[in-house]
Amino acid sequence: MTPAIDLRNVSKIYRRYSGRQFATLKSALLQRSILRDLSPGETFQALSDVSFTVPRGSTFGVIGRNGSGKSTALKLVAGITKPTSGTVKVAGRISALIELGAGFHPEISGRENVFINGIMLGLTKREIQDRFDEIVDFAELREFIDAPVKTYSSGMYMRLGFAVAIHVDPDVLLVDEVLAVGDEGFTHKCIDKFAELRRRGKTILLVTHSLALVERFCDTALWLDGGRVHGHGDPKRVVDAYLIDVEASEGQELATATAKAVEATSAPETGPTPTVPAETVDAGASGDPAAGELMDMFRATEGRWGSRDVEITEVALVGRDLAPSFVFHSGDPMSIHLSVRAHQPVADFVFGIGLFNADGVCCYGTNTYAEEMEPEQLSGDAEVTFDIAALDLVEGTYKIDVAVHKRDGVPYDYHRQLYTFRIKSRTRDVGIYRPQHSWTFSPGVHFKTTGRRDP
Amino acid sequence: MFANLVNLFRYRGLIQSLVVRELKARYRGSVLGFFWSFINPLLLLLVYTFVFTVILPNDVKGLQPYALFMFCGLLPWNWFSSSLTEASGSLIAGGNLIKKVLFPAEVLPIVSVLANMVHFFLGLLILLAFLIGYRHWPDPGDLLWFPIAVVVQLIFTAALGLILAALTVHFRDIRDLLANLLQLWFFATPIIYYWRQENVVRFKPLFDLNPFTHLAISYQEILFFPGPFGHWKWLLSLGVGSIALFLAAYWLFDRLRDSFAEAV
Repeated sequence: MTPAIDLRNVSKIYRRYSGRQFATLKSALLQRSILRDLSPGETFQALSDVSFTVPRGSTFGVIGRNGSGKSTALKLVAGITKPTSGTVKVAGRISALIELGAGFHPEISGRENVFINGIMLGLTKREIQDRFDEIVDFAELREFIDAPVKTYSSGMYMRLGFAVAIHVDPDVLLVDEVLAVGDEGFTHKCIDKFAELRRRGKTILLVTHSLALVERFCDTALWLDGGRVHGHGDPKRVVDAYLIDVEASEGQELATATAKAVEATSAPETGPTPTVPAETVDAGASGDPAAGELMDMFRATEGRWGSRDVEITEVALVGRDLAPSFVFHSGDPMSIHLSVRAHQPVADFVFGIGLFNADGVCCYGTNTYAEEMEPEQLSGDAEVTFDIAALDLVEGTYKIDVAVHKRDGVPYDYHRQLYTFRIKSRTRDVGIYRPQHSWTFSPGVHFKTTGRRDP
Repeated sequence: MFANLVNLFRYRGLIQSLVVRELKARYRGSVLGFFWSFINPLLLLLVYTFVFTVILPNDVKGLQPYALFMFCGLLPWNWFSSSLTEASGSLIAGGNLIKKVLFPAEVLPIVSVLANMVHFFLGLLILLAFLIGYRHWPDPGDLLWFPIAVVVQLIFTAALGLILAALTVHFRDIRDLLANLLQLWFFATPIIYYWRQENVVRFKPLFDLNPFTHLAISYQEILFFPGPFGHWKWLLSLGVGSIALFLAAYWLFDRLRDSFAEAV
């Protein structure tokens, strides 16, 4: 049996049209301009040598970062653009959910638009008539169907576009990231509709950022990166490989961001220095210097201040593999590694650590004084390591405070939220803290044992 | 290419509904709505009547009423010029369709031409009402030629529309150029003056090169002057030429088709 979709060595080169807004008849007539337009500097390779086949009746997911060529691949399959080289073969009627309601005219009613859109997508008037009620009910727009489309909200617009496109009854359905068009209920309805089409042996090509959807729904996944195929095959395997890659580059990004933040604040004490920040006030109120510092941790602004008699020269977040890292999984161990230098020996010092989530909420804060370690002597270069056995945090971006200060809160060197790391988690739990936990059920409560339910 | 031409026939349902949409959408929201299609030519005719009876009275014998004579050429010209203006921008205006939907692009300029043809027909009703009002009966035998003139103009306009639409995608300058070119073309065509005038006849070979001259003369002879219709040879030759032009235009459009989705 011939496959539903067959791409062989497909490449697609776009012209950048960088100087294109000035392109005129005149410049095109001058040969030099045409040559320049096609020179490599003026072109952009969206896909290079991509091959894949989608068997009839299967569901195929394409994942990848923004700009990886996913949508280009979809447009090629849809026949909207032609490949620069290679062949694209598609068997059967195609319906592309690429731009929903692309053909809608704002001035005329939803009803008229359904008909015209349906005809554009290849239906006959008769067929639309037969499906009209179904389409309107699916879009949940019965009471607005005779209003001009320009009065619709964007959600209504998308729903109507989706409803028409999905009722074309295609052999091959192309879906480009359109499931975000409605509320939860509508999204579920869309997924149910996909499932129904799948049961009826239709081929579905899905371009999406929803990895859960790919894992749950697709028979095969394709991972595109920079216009090339980076992974192809079992969805779970491909998604995992993709996630690892995303983490690596996220780590890179965070490293750059952190380096920037430290750079920006490490020039010692220039400009107006935030003098002893609020500690005195808070400490005075509670009478406990450590409490003052902890209170202050709730005020979240980046920065660095202090006398620098003792300086924190380097901060590293170290993961399981003992290498500095910026991306951790929930439950991983992490060590915060401080290099400090005392420019003169001090006897009054406290090391403090604070952990903040992206909202600036302090998830945890502690210091050596609060943990009843009496300082005695600090001199020269030293290393301080704060070990966290398990990062029991939910997914998100976190920032870290590190500080060394006197017992009364007067800082030597205070680094406020200069260090960022990210927690990855496959569980969609929420909160600022994930206690170690387990569920126990009495007999009579049953869950399916195979696989996780995806969100 | 011929397979695509056959497809064009298959799209007639789509073309039809897009033309209807175009007409519906045009006056949506205005108080008089569809009546504007009548009122516009009516007002135009009144303006011309005023100009050529009061400001610049023209009393050439056989051309009375002069406004009506002019109107016979002006209505088809308006169809022609607004078709071309709209067609040249049609692919850019419909960019969303071309970029996001698998959509036969040639439908768009053709819809522009057809929608304007409907306006032409509506204006024609006003013209007929005035012809009857002035007891200026057209020759019934000549009227048989009228549909032929319309078909020739339709093919001719569609051909130019396709070419302009395809080229405008790549050279946006055409839209501005076109407006001025049409203005020039209008005055180079015997619409507001009579082609048998002495100073026109002198340049007859030049005027004969202008395709719209023959359309304008045909309409004037069919609708305004008493029969028999003497310009039919020119009209039919223009018809043959238009078919050839249309095929060439379609070939060009087909060649450029793949570039539209990227360049729009």
